[in-house]
Formats: sequence, structure tokens, C-alpha cells
Amino acid sequence: MSEPNPPRVRLATTSLAGCFGCHMSFLDIDEKLFPLLERVEFDRSPLTDIKNCGPCDVGLIEGGVCNAENVHVLREFRANCKVLIALGACAITGGLPAQRNHLDLGLCLQEVYLTEPSLARGGIPNDPELPLPLDKVYPLHEIVHIDYFIPGCPPSAEAIWKVLSDLLAGHTPYLAEPLIRYD
Amino acid sequence: MSQTFLLDGVAVPFQAGQSVLQAALAADRYIPHLCYHPEFRPHGSCKLCTATVQGRLVASCTTPAAADLVVHSDTEELRALRRTLVQMLFAEGNHFCPSCEKSGSCQLQALGSDLGVTTAGFRHYFPDRPVDASHPDAWIDFNRCVLCELCVRASAAVDGKDVFAFSGRGLSKRLIVNSPSGKLADSLFAVSDKAMHVCPVGAILPKRVGFAVPIGERRYDQHPISEQALADAPRAAGEPDV
Ligand code: SF4
Ligand code: SF4
Ligand code: FES
Repeated sequence: MSEPNPPRVRLATTSLAGCFGCHMSFLDIDEKLFPLLERVEFDRSPLTDIKNCGPCDVGLIEGGVCNAENVHVLREFRANCKVLIALGACAITGGLPAQRNHLDLGLCLQEVYLTEPSLARGGIPNDPELPLPLDKVYPLHEIVHIDYFIPGCPPSAEAIWKVLSDLLAGHTPYLAEPLIRYD
Repeated sequence: MSQTFLLDGVAVPFQAGQSVLQAALAADRYIPHLCYHPEFRPHGSCKLCTATVQGRLVASCTTPAAADLVVHSDTEELRALRRTLVQMLFAEGNHFCPSCEKSGSCQLQALGSDLGVTTAGFRHYFPDRPVDASHPDAWIDFNRCVLCELCVRASAAVDGKDVFAFSGRGLSKRLIVNSPSGKLADSLFAVSDKAMHVCPVGAILPKRVGFAVPIGERRYDQHPISEQALADAPRAAGEPDV
């Protein structure tokens, strides 16, 4: 007699101030995507193009928080996901975008859009559609509670798979050397 | 018969004058450490090497080994303490590992990975400290300095130049360069100095050799720091090499 199928785990993913490298690494789990897809269904994700996150079991977020829209999306994920995971260096530390954190935001915009000759004629963008940048780029855990962290730039497919398979098996996710890498 | 103390229930032999940490490493027993370097007098500042000796928390790098001490290091309580110390070091500086030339060979990273640190956890301080690229052959990113004092000790004790010193207290404590302008270029510093090579993190780096070692072949890519530190530990002739 075959066991009844366990209910599918609902998974949402997004990229905030990230480069999609973590999502590429997620896809790098390669043939393990097949067993994964038997156990999960995707909610909001670049893979589904669903625009808003509904009630989910697990949320995976790459990228730090650099603008008002990022804050909004992060809060939506936190409100809907039972388990929220910071995926990659930018989500965990702000990452390379946070290298602007010691600079004044106004001076940054001025340098890029007014001083730099190639963009100087456009002026500083001011369309109401554009989310306003924050003073700094923030790690996710400084805005909402984060349950687990997968470090790396990007994290290896093995590290991502370890955390997801632990969760699917009902275990507390556990990473150890050599799956913990910061680059 | 040499004298011994007990480390996590196992007897460790020691020679007179050795610290608990030195004796442990020589006996192939790892205690995490960052500001300790076998060639220099201990500084006792990072507290990564904290162990309980006779029930009290002490820095094992500055505690003299003595007969029949009861030392505990490999306990969950101490591992948690060490993780917190590493987390505070990460949060207090600007550690953008993906763009750091020391990545893969950095002791702070290697300790974090080996101790199971997946996040700094704290609010990041994002300091605004200078980068000194004035010297033709080396540069200093003060945002990565963990104040281990090794460059200070090396420049004074080996190079005989006193190029580096600490200034200030608490959060304003920082590494300074001994030159009229405060810049490295105007100091006696040279890339052949011992101080160039002891920095455990990516604060003092040589120019023009960044990222020369491919990922997978860097110092801590193959072996965690707990193994590498034992392989590096000085041992008297006749003691087993690892
Ligand atoms: S010094 Fe070490 S921890 Fe800091 S950024 Fe460089 S590799 Fe990372
Ligand atoms: S520059 Fe490097 S060696 Fe010198 S105190 Fe800072 S971390 Fe230690
Ligand atoms: S290694 Fe002992 S206090 Fe740093």
C-alpha cells in the first residue's frame, strides 16, 4: 500500500537588493529540483511571476533592504511565511550594496546622476513610481525576525539543499563547515 | 614523567613556561584563538580562547599551564560564547567577504565557519574608517582590523620599527601608524616586514597580488582552521607532527 502523499510545502522566494545569483545557485541543485518539486509548490517567486506572497510555509529571501519597496516586500513575506530564511551574503549582511553605507545618499545620487558625464543630462530620477532609496542598505534581520541564515555569495547549491531538505524532513536546519562560507 | 593538566577530561603534558593554549596545541588539542600567534607574547584581547580553569573563565593563551589544572574548552556554553565573539567582530567592522582579497585565507572567516556562525546577528555598525593606500607596496583597510595587536607586536619585536600602535579606548580604539603624517607611506614599513604577514584578516594586504590563489586552493578551503592551527603549531623535537 502506498503512503498518502504528504501535503505540499508552499515556498515563496524573492530578490530584494540582490543580483539573482542566489536564485541561480538555488537552481544549481539541478536534479534535486525533481524531488523538491514533488514536495513543494511555489507561491510568489521569480519562477512563477506571482506578484504577492500568500500564506506559505517557507520564504527564501536574497538581497538586503535598500529601498522602501524592499521593506514592504520583506514585511509581506514575514507576515505570510511560517519560516523565513535569509539567503546569501546580501540578505545577511547587506553585502556589496552595503558598501555605500558610509557614504551620504545625496552625494551618491549627485555623483552618479549629475557629476558622471554619461548620465548627467537626465538629472536625479524623481518618478513617483520609483521606490525611494533608504539611507543605508540593511540586513534583513535588522527589519524583521529571520529564522535561518544561509551565508555565501552565493551560498552553494549544497548548502541551500541541506537547509531545504532538513526543513522538508521536519528537522531544524543545520549548517556546518564546509557548507558555511561567506564568499 | 612530565607534568600534566586535564583538558576536557584528557591529560595534556606541558613544559614550564607554556600557557594552557600552547600546551594544548603542542599536544594536538585545538582551542580556538585569534589574537594568539606562536611567535609572539600573548595579548589576551580577543577572548576566543576562553576556557574554564578550575571553574573560572580565563583566556587560555595568557594562563600558565600548571600541574593538575582542570580545564574545559569543548563545551556548548563556550562554543556559544565564541560564536557571539565572532559575531560581534563581524558586526563591528565592515566585512564584505565577497570582495576581500583575504577571503578563504582569513582567520575570522575560518573561525566563523568552524564555529557554526551563519549570521552576525547584531545590528551592523557599518563604521566609516579610512583606507590607507599611500604605500607603494601595501595597503591597510582599517574597516577590517580586529585589533588583535599582532602587527604592533611584530613591528616592535621582529622588525624593530614600531610602525603600529593602538590609540583610544572602547569603540574609538583603533590602529594607528607611527609616521609624521599618520600614513603608511611615510613610515618605515616595508613589505618584507613581519608585520606585513601576521595580520590574521584582510586589514594589511600587499598590493598587486590580490585574488592570485584560486578558490578551492586558499588556506582554509581544504581544511577547517581547527585542523590547520594544529598543523601549524610549533612542537619540540620528538613530539608528533600532525
Ligand atoms: S577580513 Fe576576513 S572577515 Fe573581513 S572581509 Fe576580509 S575575508 Fe571577510
Ligand atoms: S591590522 Fe591586522 S594584525 Fe594589525 S591589529 Fe588589525 S587585525 Fe591585527
Ligand atoms: S587568543 Fe587568547 S585572548 Fe585572543
